[in-house]
Amino acid sequence: MKNINKFTMTVESYSSNEYFARAAVAAFITQLDPTLEELSDIKTAVSEAVTNCIVHAYKEKIGKIYISVELLDGGIVKIKIRDKGCGIENVEQAMQPLFTTVGGERAGLGFAVMESFSDLVKVKSSVGKGTTVTLTKRLELRVKGNA
Amino acid sequence: MSVKISVKGSVVTAYLSGELDHHSAREMREAIDGAIELNMPELLVLDFSGIGFMDSSGIGLVMGRFRNLQKSGAQMHITGTSPQITKVMKLAGIERLAKMDIGGFKVEKH
Repeated sequence: MKNINKFTMTVESYSSNEYFARAAVAAFITQLDPTLEELSDIKTAVSEAVTNCIVHAYKEKIGKIYISVELLDGGIVKIKIRDKGCGIENVEQAMQPLFTTVGGERAGLGFAVMESFSDLVKVKSSVGKGTTVTLTKRLELRVKGNA
Repeated sequence: MSVKISVKGSVVTAYLSGELDHHSAREMREAIDGAIELNMPELLVLDFSGIGFMDSSGIGLVMGRFRNLQKSGAQMHITGTSPQITKVMKLAGIERLAKMDIGGFKVEKH
């Protein structure tokens, strides 16, 4: 698949960056002329993945969150959200709806929302090294080429 | 301030505004819990019409308040949710919870 455009950024894991991260990803994707629903789907999935980095990966510290957005042929958007935090011991369990390790007011729905709001969610994790979440979504649109 | 509270008799309405995520949820939670503690309402209305975006942190906020209200038998209504918020709410099955009147997700007057 041909890469049409790519954007990468790194943000510190401050919760105030949750808004910035999803807004920046959405702003980059607007060049594909997505519908409002597609855009809000992507913002929602990105918000969940970034929040996971802040709440789980870098629980007791501030670390870097690496975000890349690739726009591919056919309106396919591939978003990678990577951290170098604590990693996930059991990815399958972590992805179960309502499973949460932190309790309190976290609903345990982060991955469920990502899966529901994107076409494909891939999670690669290594304990002590970090986690990469890859969100793929195909937009129903006319790719206008590299503007 | 992202929450405005109005009290009419035994009804407390919280008008939420801005974007509801993990970062903003704490402030909203504290404001709503403060109003519940002060007024001991029979009904809490959460008005989402000023919320432009919500992720699963909003579910945590709703479920947490719902549990707190259950202790005193109070009810909760959710109104004014956008299609994006409705989608997140439905994913969590919020509309199926007893005493939560969000059927059709219509804005109701109280």
